Amino acid sequence: MLNYVIKRLIYMIPTLFGMSMIAFMIIQLPPGDYLSSLLATMADSGQNIDPAQVEALRRSYGFDDPIWLQYWKWISGILFRGDFGYSFEWNRPVADLIWERMGSTLALSIASLLFVWAVSLPIGIYSAMRRHSVGDYAFTFLGFIGLAIPNFILALTLMYVSYKFFGQSVGGLFSPEYVEAPWSVAKFVDLLGHIWIAVIVIGTSGTAALIRILRANLTDELNKPYVITAKAKGLPEYRAVIKYPVRIALNPFVSAIGWVLPELISGVTITAIVLNLPTAGPLLLRALISQDMYLAGSFILLMGVLTLVGMLVSDILLALLDPRIRFN
Amino acid sequence: MKADAMQRQAVNTERAADAAAGEVVLTVENLSLDFRLRTEILHAVRNVSFQLRRGQTLCLVGESGSGKSVTARALLRILDKNGAITSGRILLAGKTGAIDIAPLTERSPELLKIRGGRIGLIFQEPMSSLSPVHTIGSQITEALRLHRRMDKKQARAETIELLRQVEIPNPDTAIDRYTFEFSGGMRQRAMIAMALAADPEILIADEPTTALDVTTQAEILDLIKRLQVSRGMAMLLITHDMGVVAEVADTVAVMHYGRIVETGSTDAIFYDPKHAYTRSLLRSTVKLEQNQRSYAAAAPVATAPAPVLSLRNLSKTYGASTGWLGGNSNPIRAVDAVSFDLYPGENLGIVGESGSGKTTLGRLILRTVEPSSGTITYFGQDKPVEVTGLSKHELKSFHRDVRLVFQDPFASLNPRMTVKQVIGDPLVVSGKAKGAALEQRVAELLELVGLDPMAMERYPHAFSGGQRQRIGIARALALDPRILIADEATAALDVSIRAQILDLLLDIQKRLELSFIFISHDISVVRYFCDRVAVMHRGKLVEMGTAEQICTDPKEPYTRSLISAVPNPDPRNKRMLHRTRFSV
Amino acid sequence: MTDHVFIDEAPEAGPATTALNTGKPVQTAVAGPWQLVWAKFSRNKVAVASGVIILMLFLVGLFAEFLAPTLPDMSRPQFTNAPPQELRLFATQADGSQQFQLHVTGYTMSVDLASLRRSYVIDENQVVPVGFLVKGAPYKLWGLFALDTHLFGPLNPGDTMYLLGTDKLGRDLLSRLIHGTRISMSIGLIGVGISLLLGVALGAVSGFYGGWVDMVVQRIIEVISSMPTIPLWLGLAAAIPLTWSPLSVYFIITLIVSLFGWTGLAREVRGRFFALRSEDFVTAARLDGSSERRLIFRHILPSLTSHILAVVTLALPTMIVAETALSFLGIGLKAPIVSWGVLLQEAQNVRTIANAPWLLIWPSGAVVLTVLAYNFLGDGLRDAADPYES
Repeated sequence: MLNYVIKRLIYMIPTLFGMSMIAFMIIQLPPGDYLSSLLATMADSGQNIDPAQVEALRRSYGFDDPIWLQYWKWISGILFRGDFGYSFEWNRPVADLIWERMGSTLALSIASLLFVWAVSLPIGIYSAMRRHSVGDYAFTFLGFIGLAIPNFILALTLMYVSYKFFGQSVGGLFSPEYVEAPWSVAKFVDLLGHIWIAVIVIGTSGTAALIRILRANLTDELNKPYVITAKAKGLPEYRAVIKYPVRIALNPFVSAIGWVLPELISGVTITAIVLNLPTAGPLLLRALISQDMYLAGSFILLMGVLTLVGMLVSDILLALLDPRIRFN
Repeated sequence: MKADAMQRQAVNTERAADAAAGEVVLTVENLSLDFRLRTEILHAVRNVSFQLRRGQTLCLVGESGSGKSVTARALLRILDKNGAITSGRILLAGKTGAIDIAPLTERSPELLKIRGGRIGLIFQEPMSSLSPVHTIGSQITEALRLHRRMDKKQARAETIELLRQVEIPNPDTAIDRYTFEFSGGMRQRAMIAMALAADPEILIADEPTTALDVTTQAEILDLIKRLQVSRGMAMLLITHDMGVVAEVADTVAVMHYGRIVETGSTDAIFYDPKHAYTRSLLRSTVKLEQNQRSYAAAAPVATAPAPVLSLRNLSKTYGASTGWLGGNSNPIRAVDAVSFDLYPGENLGIVGESGSGKTTLGRLILRTVEPSSGTITYFGQDKPVEVTGLSKHELKSFHRDVRLVFQDPFASLNPRMTVKQVIGDPLVVSGKAKGAALEQRVAELLELVGLDPMAMERYPHAFSGGQRQRIGIARALALDPRILIADEATAALDVSIRAQILDLLLDIQKRLELSFIFISHDISVVRYFCDRVAVMHRGKLVEMGTAEQICTDPKEPYTRSLISAVPNPDPRNKRMLHRTRFSV
Repeated sequence: MTDHVFIDEAPEAGPATTALNTGKPVQTAVAGPWQLVWAKFSRNKVAVASGVIILMLFLVGLFAEFLAPTLPDMSRPQFTNAPPQELRLFATQADGSQQFQLHVTGYTMSVDLASLRRSYVIDENQVVPVGFLVKGAPYKLWGLFALDTHLFGPLNPGDTMYLLGTDKLGRDLLSRLIHGTRISMSIGLIGVGISLLLGVALGAVSGFYGGWVDMVVQRIIEVISSMPTIPLWLGLAAAIPLTWSPLSVYFIITLIVSLFGWTGLAREVRGRFFALRSEDFVTAARLDGSSERRLIFRHILPSLTSHILAVVTLALPTMIVAETALSFLGIGLKAPIVSWGVLLQEAQNVRTIANAPWLLIWPSGAVVLTVLAYNFLGDGLRDAADPYES
């Protein structure tokens, strides 16, 4: 088991390297560099620029270094000093800006994941056991709709519906009076009152996908000989199903963390922009539009790392759940 | 058939000279089962009646599609969703009168009590029939707690006792193992322990040894028989193997396309078969007990001293240290220094159990698996060729002379190509024929293997298993090969079709002067087909001799144990009960 | 005691069956693989219907100029955010009798001086006669043929017919939606084409050769597929210089969208290649002397094409949604190009939507319908992809 975890960790290294390359590429992608855009802004506002000062800045940021050296400086700063670079728009180190936002992104993603699991498990089992029943068809149809509606459209629709019929604006995570307030039971309740719409919006497509996967897997498993063995043993149907095939069909459920998480983080990003939630999403979009690239690149890198950690967790859980993986 | 053919369903009765029968525990009366398929209703079981008696074994024998498994499962009301019992009764005798299982509902407590409690069930595939993610112990204790109301501790102790009874070594640790840590035979033992957990009166064994090697099969049958006798259970054994029937049955029911065509005592069925189907089944089984070749080609070794293929110290090692991490410390020798000669016109059989390396040996000769060491010399048209040294391109001409016939007639034909394309492919690739010439050659080949040349525009799925195997043989013959390697070429076929295919191969050989390397786990097939037989065990060639000598007078202890474990299709001369055992 | 009993009849030749009346059976013995796939697919009515819808959407995109009642960027400032006009069959004549007259009702508009917002009221008395194949705004079909006939529109070119309402610049939403269909449907198609090329090539190479090639491709796939897509799309799309022409933006967005769609395809192709490579019939072909090229193209790929088709169909909606999302956020396609995402960009906040809900309803309806249809079609294709199983 320990060997397995170590092996998985070693496998993560090249992937992490690849991700950092992509993030770095995104940072480098916009034409010119931050300095030129800064100069342009300063020139626009009529400020005088001292060429020597520009040169000094240029050197200190290493804009003239070869690309691999720039990459090394950037990545070693992150790895050894936790230095993600400087946000030129906010005039603060990136590291000061991202952690809180990443925290709320993670929290929202996990809340959505729990929602996805809680909803899809019972429905998936029901649909597989009562295939072609009215309930199964209803859930299948809802699932298709859930898969077909993009997050942001669902968010907009729910916003419109709640505005139109309840006269209430559902943006943000808190009502205005609680935004700055210290944590309290009332604030938490207020949070729950706001967060549900985001969780539904983010979780719907994942739920629909997982129901379909669980239904398909469980249907396969239900026809396996070991289920017949369990029945031949005299176990009542539901007990036989819960103990044996559901246990095995749970595998994709756990491994879902690996692929649902990137989707959820994606979903959180765009939903947060629409619903104006204080997560990484709106800040990322703003950073990208104003070409505040270190901030944007750091967000993208961290989101990638987050999904990678999710995959690692899912692999470890899977090994715990399934002895076949554990023993090989 | 009989003279009074006017009687459409005349039932003939005859007293069987059988030993005193035990009391009846289960009676099946006129059971019929339908399956609703997409385009038709399949009457899988029709008017089937039989009785199970305490302490006795009824063998339900039939080929694939005869409905024998479905019948067995129907006794526990385990049917697929599209199946239903349409008529008949299944009466389980009890102290307070008989219960009819047929009308019980899926969830009724009576049925759940009977399942596993009064009737135990063993399946063919011990791997897939046990849950891969639960320990053996948890699956057995479950039955104990369900039917015998034991607490956890009692159930665990009883499970260990059961594992001991089915002769699993170290039962107190084995209980916490998973199925994939067990060998096939051990898994089947665990399965038996589970079926016996609640001490049932009836044991249904559905092809319990089909997936196992012969020696393991002998042990498992032995075990089942002993447990049955000591517990006084009635047993329903489902099998396709007349040898197994002869070894263990008291009574036999022969099924054919959903009907029991003949029932009787084992002796009566084997020595006085009445129904034409029973007779043909027995004929094809018994036929395989004789060697066809002893009089066809007397002694090829003496007359043709120049071999066509020579193997010297051929070895394949897996897991040797090749990687930078050092690799595995104990490599597996799949094939270990095998040497033999194959002569022109000879049929050489290679027998062995699973894991003996026989299949790997076949692949090594063709170099679809690369040998680790040793030499393969092929004496072709002009000069001897060292096969292990051939380049990819040179190998192609070797592959034209040495062809392979596959085991699985379904997987080995591309479903998206017509028969003409399949058989013609080697001709097209080698550039030997195209257009009308190709069509003519394919027609010739189809006729050679006994198929209608008109069928060449059809796709493989339109053919039965036996016909597909013929197509595979035609493909192998397309390039006028000199050697055919047949890897379990008849293993996937029913016994009657198996005999037909073997006869076809013998016939083709006579006409085309071929040599065969016939790889099989089935000793009777090898005996029927081969001049000489090589016995493999754990990668080594342990004994080689003429087919008759190996089958009747084996020298090596392993061969002796192997031969004596083969069930003999003769109830008056049971072989397995006094078999020799081979200890490692 | 056991009686020796037997049925005194010759053995039967086959299992007993009763045929069910399920229409014309397919002659499977000589039917080619595609015939079997089609037979299996056509049994799935929902999938067939979805296929028809997709086909119609493509036709709408193809003949957008002709089908749209007017030009997508023709704006009338006096009709900003006007609600949909109703289509009616009968008009009240001067004498009070009802007579058949295809028409839409007109508006009366009033301006609320406090909020400076216009409100429109349907005016029953105002009849705008409409009809088929009317002369309207001139256009060039596919940039080639100068025409001015529209399938449907007001008989008098000066009249207004806003069946789905207008946007904040007073442009006809229906016409814009029809033109958006062209862009949105084609971006999916081109994007999937690029994905297909990348996915099949890399997946096949990876699955066929295995070894280190496979290792490298697998790492690349893993990196790309574990990046959350939307942030990544955002990052790449934001780098497009503002000065680029709309057409260049269109192509680069297609490229970005497809760059991350190929991984799923490559995985599928690789997995199937792996499975097929060790199939007996491929080994048989190898022993028949087939070259690797022949093995791939003659024996392996034909078994894959139907699966690939299914996966591609299921990948298409992802591309369409990606484009829609990017354009909605303002870093994808930009005016004057019209796509469903560009249309949705105008429905950014609750106030706008509350004021003109049609700006949200119709474009998102188009997106959802398309995605649904592609999903049903893809599912049907996937189920039919292997006609030989069971």
